[in-house]
Amino acid sequence: MNNPELTWGSTKGARKRASSREKRAALRPRGGGLTALWHLLMLAVGAVWLVPFVWVVRTAFQPPSAAAGSGGAGGWTSWTLANFMHVWEGAPFGRYYVNTALITFGILLVQLLTVTLAAYAFARVRFAGRGLLFALFLAQIIVPPDALVFSNYQVLNQMGLLDTKLGIMLPYFASSFGVFLLRQAFRQLPYELEEAVRLEGCSRLGILARIYAPLCRPVYVSFAIVSVSFHWNDFLWPLIVANSDTNRPLTVGLALFAKSTESGAQWSYVCAATLLVAAPLIAFFLAFQRKFIDSFMHAGLKG
Amino acid sequence: MRTGWNERVGRNAFGWGLVLPSLLFLGLFTYYPMFRAARLSLFELNLATPKPRFVGFGNFAALLKDPVFLKVFVNNVWYAAGTVPLAMALAFAMALFADKAIKGRTFARVAFFYPNMIPMIAVANIWLFLYTPHFGLLARLASWVSGQNTSLLGGPHTVLGAMIAMAVWKEAGYFMIFYLAALQQIPKDLYEAASADGASAWTALGRITIPLTMPTTLFVAVIAMTNAFKLVDHLWIMTKGGPNHASSLLLYHIYETSFQFFDQGMAAAMTVAMVALLLLISALQVFGWDRSIHYE
Repeated sequence: MNNPELTWGSTKGARKRASSREKRAALRPRGGGLTALWHLLMLAVGAVWLVPFVWVVRTAFQPPSAAAGSGGAGGWTSWTLANFMHVWEGAPFGRYYVNTALITFGILLVQLLTVTLAAYAFARVRFAGRGLLFALFLAQIIVPPDALVFSNYQVLNQMGLLDTKLGIMLPYFASSFGVFLLRQAFRQLPYELEEAVRLEGCSRLGILARIYAPLCRPVYVSFAIVSVSFHWNDFLWPLIVANSDTNRPLTVGLALFAKSTESGAQWSYVCAATLLVAAPLIAFFLAFQRKFIDSFMHAGLKG
Repeated sequence: MRTGWNERVGRNAFGWGLVLPSLLFLGLFTYYPMFRAARLSLFELNLATPKPRFVGFGNFAALLKDPVFLKVFVNNVWYAAGTVPLAMALAFAMALFADKAIKGRTFARVAFFYPNMIPMIAVANIWLFLYTPHFGLLARLASWVSGQNTSLLGGPHTVLGAMIAMAVWKEAGYFMIFYLAALQQIPKDLYEAASADGASAWTALGRITIPLTMPTTLFVAVIAMTNAFKLVDHLWIMTKGGPNHASSLLLYHIYETSFQFFDQGMAAAMTVAMVALLLLISALQVFGWDRSIHYE
């Protein structure tokens, strides 16, 4: 996708065609007004994009009676944390938090190991079947474990791991996406570096741990951000596997909590619970928005 | 000779050893489940038939005659057709703005992207609230526009549209990221040259920006289309696929069939259909990508 030749081939044509349009273009007014309108429009879209979240925040911090009422004017005056207290006591959200953290970071830890090893093999070791295997790895990106919930449930059942945190984590211990991302990064490191260290008697695994991994730290951070964001938010698979509060993550807990409240008067509780679940990632995102967006951008380019 | 052979065996063992951990988990939770679903799709296995009975392609034939499956499939196609172009067009506009705007650049990026940091299930809660008759912001807006009390999620003709609006809100910012990356790769002197030639901003957009982001458009289209089939968490909260299957999507229907109706044979057949569909859409990218590489 970021092939420089590809870029140049088409730009030449584009430039030629652009200059042939010179006359027609010159007739067009150069609109400062149009630009201003465009900026205004996009800022408005941005504002519209914020509305749902603002609405939820507002409802979460209002006394339940205010949300049940008109919700219009006067709704901005009284602020309370009572909804959050109610939610925190009404369902074991503390436990859900711990579960989500354990699952998310458990997955990440194992992934970092499996991904590093496989990426190094694909980047620097010539072994029989490498090309075929690399193509096979693509399958996980096209058909993620979430699309195979039905079969994976039965596999997990055969292993006797239903309703365990390990069962929720297992399908994600391998990450083809991570392998592709890291392989690309490893290949960009000069091979001479590895040869030099090897002559000094360092083993290949030692080189991987001491040279490759540290030099690719930014790529690891990108991968970690994408992985954590995904698994923090994952729902369908944990919903099917977890059957008890001991193992339920936040997303499943939230869904159960929302289902248990029926009437409109309880919207303030649902909004508070929703915020509780979404808050950590949103907070990290706001604090490191540049790094987050760069990570997803980086990951997408290589994927 | 002897050492060369030893070296080669060692190298192969080393390579396979490194790949083995990943391969183990991929085998267990990607390859084996696909194989399993393919095999089981040839058997009848449900509450009435507790022992698998071989039916060949009978399950697939039954699917093609099953009005619910057909409805769900058509729903999914409409859902994709509604979400993908809208989200992509918005994503492109957002990227153009977030790339260039000096004032409000960070605001725009954060405002467009933050929905991706919210779990789909929480997004579903938020939008369910927005759509709740009497209380919800969008429900009130819809009632005001139509002049009567409207329940957007309750109506079979509006529910899919309501889902599409939510999906566009959630996904456009994600696709924006890819366009932002693509825009950064376009050499700036191209625009300077175009501007010196007297080309308007519109011409530059049509002759430089859009053609040069074409590979990204293809890439995003594939992601967007597969996402339209993969992301179904919201249904669990918002509608359970209703009213009368009007909002059900393929993966959610698979979930229902296997975990609520316990029809394993049919669920397997639908899983096979789903995998085939995902492979087909992804193949578009490979072929399209090949062509765009060679068009020089």
